Amino acid sequence: MNLKRKAFELRKDVVEMIYRAKNGHIGSDFSLMEILVELYYRQMNVTPENFRDDDRDRFILSKGHAVESLYAVLADRGFFPKDDLKNFSTHSSKYISHPTNKINGIEMNTGSLGHGLGLGVGMALAAKMDGKNFRVYVVMGDGEVAEGSVWEAATAGSHYKLDNLIAFVDRNHLQISGTTEEVMSLKSQERRWESFGWNVISIPGNDIEAVSCAVTLAKKISGKPTVIIAHTIKGFGVSFMENQIVWHHRIPNDEEYFAALKELDERSARCE
Amino acid sequence: MNKFSNKMIINDVLCRAAAADKNLVVLCSDSRGSASLEPFAKNFPAQFVEVGIAEQNLVSIAAGMAACGKRPFVFSPASFLSTRAVDQIKVDVGYSHTNVKLVGVSGGVSYGDLGLTHQAVNDIATIASTPGLRVFLPSDNFQTEKIFQALVHDDEPAYIRVGRNPVADVYDKNFSFELHKSTTIQDGSDVTIISCGEIVQHAKAAGELLKAKKISARVIDMHCLKPIDAAAIIKAAKETKFIVTAEEHVKIGGLGSIVAQVVAENFLVKVISLGLPDSPVIPAAPEKIFKHYGFDAEGIAEKIYSSM
Repeated sequence: MNLKRKAFELRKDVVEMIYRAKNGHIGSDFSLMEILVELYYRQMNVTPENFRDDDRDRFILSKGHAVESLYAVLADRGFFPKDDLKNFSTHSSKYISHPTNKINGIEMNTGSLGHGLGLGVGMALAAKMDGKNFRVYVVMGDGEVAEGSVWEAATAGSHYKLDNLIAFVDRNHLQISGTTEEVMSLKSQERRWESFGWNVISIPGNDIEAVSCAVTLAKKISGKPTVIIAHTIKGFGVSFMENQIVWHHRIPNDEEYFAALKELDERSARCE
Repeated sequence: MNKFSNKMIINDVLCRAAAADKNLVVLCSDSRGSASLEPFAKNFPAQFVEVGIAEQNLVSIAAGMAACGKRPFVFSPASFLSTRAVDQIKVDVGYSHTNVKLVGVSGGVSYGDLGLTHQAVNDIATIASTPGLRVFLPSDNFQTEKIFQALVHDDEPAYIRVGRNPVADVYDKNFSFELHKSTTIQDGSDVTIISCGEIVQHAKAAGELLKAKKISARVIDMHCLKPIDAAAIIKAAKETKFIVTAEEHVKIGGLGSIVAQVVAENFLVKVISLGLPDSPVIPAAPEKIFKHYGFDAEGIAEKIYSSM
């Protein structure tokens, strides 16, 4: 399967969902799509069939506002019917605008930032206690790491040598009010995590082969957790959305909707 | 007064349960001493997790463990657990509906003159108003044991507040108990006293003092504040002239507020609420604080006598 192409194809599902619902965080969705695709199609031991098994890998979308991308991936992987995506953000739908564990394939409710890494530490600790081999994956936003609770969890992750915990920071440099550096400086992410005792891998995060190499490498590390600083482009895949703060949660109008689908089609077709 | 605090009883129950259930785990935030958990930590090191002074992480880690089949009991001073970790309690425990038992130790004004930083005076308001959380305030050793014997086997989240110091027995070992129902300690027809936690001993004593003055007081131990035993409150409203609540909590959002809401919605009688003020309490030992604010036995009895 061409996963590079898959990531562009799934972005079209995201565009459809957000355009239909008039709600969503399209820039954040596009920023981390390669991470989700790599994890769900190539790295994680989690499928609709084994989702209740104790030994499955766990995934937590700590930046829960990017849920549309997760819905698109889960539907495509068969956790629920693809037709359900039409219910995103409709009245009384369970497909709300942040992850909830009422939906098959989702482990924990998120949305309030700074919770996912602590939850992941708890899951990874439980695995160690029981001698289980499953891994725990957590995806955070870069703006999110301003939350103090992230660093409480980072401290515990290295203290307990949780080499079964792999975290991502989706480093797209933008958050709702501006650039991360304007809002609250996040520079030297790699050094910050290293100083907390983590194995750090820095990659171009919209390059799916780079994501693949990073996760493959992280799985070989023992004695410490890994954080993958994924340097991404917010809105990646649609040129007029890329690196534009307004596309944090802007809703495409008719013209933008058709233009986005067209460009995603073109970029998908170019994937070898 | 016996020699044991309620938290010592909790440690005993958890040690017995942990021996039979490897999924039972205890987490604390540099609080194993405050929580009287040294015996558990020593005897079950593989089931004990130290999180350090990080209450938010304490709760998130517990929720993550619960999602993987563990049965976590989280211990931290009630003042910190019920304030610093509120979002984690709301989202990771209540909203995600994880089987986490949150134990707030040294609740209320247990720490006496350490100041408002160390006093959990609004934890009931905070946590009872959080969707998905049950709230328990056990009164004595016997009831604490019964509550925790039930909680080690159930799968629902809960917050339990206990005090720091040894407490007088309210019951004996054969007392009647239902986890989500109140206990009527003494029946009566003139007035009803409803209390919870370690103030119940004062409510019970107040009932005795009133008996000497020919006032028939019903005394109810509302150890479970959520879900509230509305039937017992409505029955009391219908069968006695008024209700007095007494609690180690600010009057806003605590037992008195919860009882008054049930009364207002069902059968109107006067509700007099005794509790802590909307300001830092006087620096004093807990018993002196109860007396100062009029909800020790004499204070409760006096309030009722003067209101008859």
